[in-house]
Amino acid sequence: MKVRILVSLKDIVLDPQGQTVKNALHTLGYDFVKDVRQGKVFELELEGISRDEAEKAIVEISDKVLTNPIIEKFDWQILEKK
Amino acid sequence: MKFGVVIFPGSNCDYDTLYILKEVLKQKTVILWHKEHNLKNVDCVILPGGFSYGDYLRSGAIAKFSPLMQEVKEFALKGGFVLGICNGFQVLLELGLLPGAMLRNKNLKFLCQFVRIRVENEKSPFSQKTRKGQVLKIPIAHFDGNYFAPPETLQELKKNNQVVFRYCDSDGQLSEEANVNGSVESIAGLLNKEGNIMGMMPHPERASELLLGSEDGRDIFESVIDYFES
Repeated sequence: MKVRILVSLKDIVLDPQGQTVKNALHTLGYDFVKDVRQGKVFELELEGISRDEAEKAIVEISDKVLTNPIIEKFDWQILEKK
Repeated sequence: MKFGVVIFPGSNCDYDTLYILKEVLKQKTVILWHKEHNLKNVDCVILPGGFSYGDYLRSGAIAKFSPLMQEVKEFALKGGFVLGICNGFQVLLELGLLPGAMLRNKNLKFLCQFVRIRVENEKSPFSQKTRKGQVLKIPIAHFDGNYFAPPETLQELKKNNQVVFRYCDSDGQLSEEANVNGSVESIAGLLNKEGNIMGMMPHPERASELLLGSEDGRDIFESVIDYFES
C-alpha cells in the first residue's frame, strides 16, 4: 500500500521560506495569497503489513524519524488504489 | 584528560578539532567512528561540525541513529562531558540531550563569518575560565542555526542558568542585528540542566590559534580541561 505523509512546521514556528514564496507570488500579482507555509511530503510504499499495523507504524515512523516533534506536525493518508 | 572526537559520514570539522586538542592543547585525543560501539574510555566526547549524512531530512536527524550514539547517550546521562559544535549541537538537540530545535537561518542565507558571543554563564565546566559578560570572537558557518525553544522550555533554561552564550555586538550588547541567524533570545550555546553537556553553534576549534584571527575559542577547551583536572 502507498502512504502519503505531510510534514509541516507547527504554527508557533516562523517559516521564512514560506514567507519568501508568498512575497514572490505577490510580485507576480497573486495578491489574494494571504499566507504560505512550506512543508515536506513523504511517500512510503509498504508491503506485507496489515492496515491496522500500518496505521500504527506510520504514526511511529512520523514521530520518531520523519518529524522533529518540537517544531513539526504531520498528517497522513493511505492512498487507495484506483 | 582524554578527548574523543566522533566522526560521522559527512563530518568535516573533526580533524580541525583533533588538531587543536592534540597539537595546540597537547591533550590525549582519539577518533571515535560512529559505527563502533566504543568510547575508548574518553573523559569528554566532542561531536564536531560538518554535514553528517548530508543534513538529509534535517541536520543531525540521521546521525542520532548512529550505533555509537547509544554509548554517547549513556555516557552523557551518567554525567560524562559532551561538547556539540555546530552540527554536533544539532545532533544533541535531535537526540533530546539538549532541549529545543534548530530552524533555518531567519534570512535564509548560509552564514559564514566571525560573530561575537557573550558569556552568560561563566560557571559551567566549558566556560569557567571566562568572565560573565566576556565577549568572544568566534566564527560561525551554518544554514540552520536559528535556535528555537517553546516558551515553557525557555523559562526552564533561564531558571536553571542553562544559557551559556548569546550572540552580541563587539560591545557585548544584544541586538537584532547581532543575532545574525534569528535565534530565540540570541541564544548561541546552551547546557543541559546538569551542566555536563554543552552545545554551541560557533566553532571554537576555528578560533584557537591567533593565526586564524582569534584565540578566544581556546577558553572553552581550556575551561573543561581545567575543570576536569581540578
